[in-house]
Amino acid sequence: MTDKTDRAENEIDAGRRDFIGVAAGMTAAVVAPGVFLHSVAAAPRSEPVNSDVRWGLLVDTAKCVDGCSACVEACNEENGLNLQTPPKGESERKWDTQKAVWIRKVKLQDNQTGRITNLPMMCQHCEHPPCVDVCPTGASFKRADGIVMVDRHLCIGCRYCMMACPYKARSFIHDETSGQLTSVPRGKGCVESCNLCVHRRDYGEESTACVDACAAEGHHAIVFGDLKDPNSAINQQLKEIPSRQIREDLQLNTGVRYSGV
Amino acid sequence: MAKVLLRASLVAVSLVWVLAAQTVLAAEVKRYVVEGSRAAELDSCVEPTERMRRMHFEFIKHQRISTVHEGIRGTKYSLAGCVECHISYDGQQPEPINQPDQFCGACHAYAAVDLNCFDCHASVPNPQGLDAEAQAAHRAAGVEKLVQSGRNGEGH
Ligand code: HEC
Ligand code: HEC
Ligand code: HEC
Repeated sequence: MTDKTDRAENEIDAGRRDFIGVAAGMTAAVVAPGVFLHSVAAAPRSEPVNSDVRWGLLVDTAKCVDGCSACVEACNEENGLNLQTPPKGESERKWDTQKAVWIRKVKLQDNQTGRITNLPMMCQHCEHPPCVDVCPTGASFKRADGIVMVDRHLCIGCRYCMMACPYKARSFIHDETSGQLTSVPRGKGCVESCNLCVHRRDYGEESTACVDACAAEGHHAIVFGDLKDPNSAINQQLKEIPSRQIREDLQLNTGVRYSGV
Repeated sequence: MAKVLLRASLVAVSLVWVLAAQTVLAAEVKRYVVEGSRAAELDSCVEPTERMRRMHFEFIKHQRISTVHEGIRGTKYSLAGCVECHISYDGQQPEPINQPDQFCGACHAYAAVDLNCFDCHASVPNPQGLDAEAQAAHRAAGVEKLVQSGRNGEGH
């Protein structure tokens, strides 16, 4: 505020401050609760990422609803995957298997009991990622904060990583693309997959598109957070409910965990 | 004596020539900043113009590594930043910056440089008119969807 010393002025200012306080309170009440969290730290990152954090997800399959694809759609929109169009003359069936998807909804049925489990399957952000092991150019890499991703400037499109991934999490772009989002460049001849909304990470946002969408639907089946921070929401939940890694026999130490499978 | 005079006048003539040639050269340096772009209203690029002409690709490539591998954003050699500032508009519609009559495209066409960067990178600010920080701010404010729906109909 100004440094005016006039008393009357000060009183007016105090009055204003009160009013602003009330107004801010009202907006806080109107805006959805989650939104406030985001606006805390939105400064772009200026220091290199380091391994003090490890990003991960926890999916509670009991809360993941059959027929809901909010996370998939949010992911598509966030990353511009919804801008893909099939090549001319391609059948819908083929296109469905060829287009890039970063999250798949998977339905599992236990044949003995008939119990059905729904879950979103995406890059599991392994500590020991097989895709990185097999990459001949170093394009497939793990960022210091645990995000496994593809440096598209180095990717030659050989797709070894797609073969190596036990989770079928990666897609290949077969055709020229247009209309990409500035924050998510993508194009022909490269492999891509979930990067835990890396652009959001670097702008200090709290969560990922899929997590936000799932929460907006009221399901809250996915939690995002830092696996190395004992106080993070994800660690609190991991402590509380039983969870597993998918294909834990491979000992990849995945960053994405599931409960109820 | 005559010889000395002749030599002096020769030197003078050639000096005049050199000066004349230089002014012609200076006048002939083609400027690529496109009218209607934000850059057209500013005095300088992220580095002195001379340095930008000679070094921009080195800057961008360093930036690329630090952004993709180290997560450093919003620094001055960002490719998204070049596009944001150098983009020009045809009415409301931003013109793809790699087009042969646009900023990057025109000079690269002249210099016979062939880039594939814009196969992947957006050649216009997308969502339109918002830089990454504005985007983050909009997302934080929860109005991103509203803003996004106004842009990029499929396949443009
Ligand atoms: C904040 C706005 C801004 C940003 C960001 C920016 N530029 Fe510039 N650029 C300018 C301006 C203004 C000029 C003209 C300077 C002058 O008149 O000498 C310019 C000039 C140039 C020139 C020389 C053009 C000529 O006619 O010779 C090149 C090359 C250039 N910029 C490349 C880039 C690249 C590459 C990037 C991204 C790393 C970039 N600029 C980012 C504002 C910007
Ligand atoms: C096959 C697709 C592809 C091509 C081709 C490509 N890039 Fe990228 N580029 C990406 C992706 C993906 C990112 C990562 C963006 C992120 O993590 O937010 C990126 C990030 C960058 C960044 C950091 C983000 C920014 O806007 O500053 C720079 C700089 C960059 N690329 C420069 C280039 C240059 C220069 C070329 C051409 C020589 C190029 N790229 C070609 C896909 C591509
Ligand atoms: C004043 C002319 C000029 C302008 C304007 C210009 N460039 Fe360049 N650029 C060049 C020249 C010349 C080269 C080739 C340098 C070489 O190969 O030694 C080049 C090379 C590049 C390269 C490296 C290409 C490669 O394959 O290694 C990139 C990347 C690049 N420019 C990006 C840009 C971007 C992005 C813009 C627009 C923001 C831009 N340039 C605007 C003249 C220009």
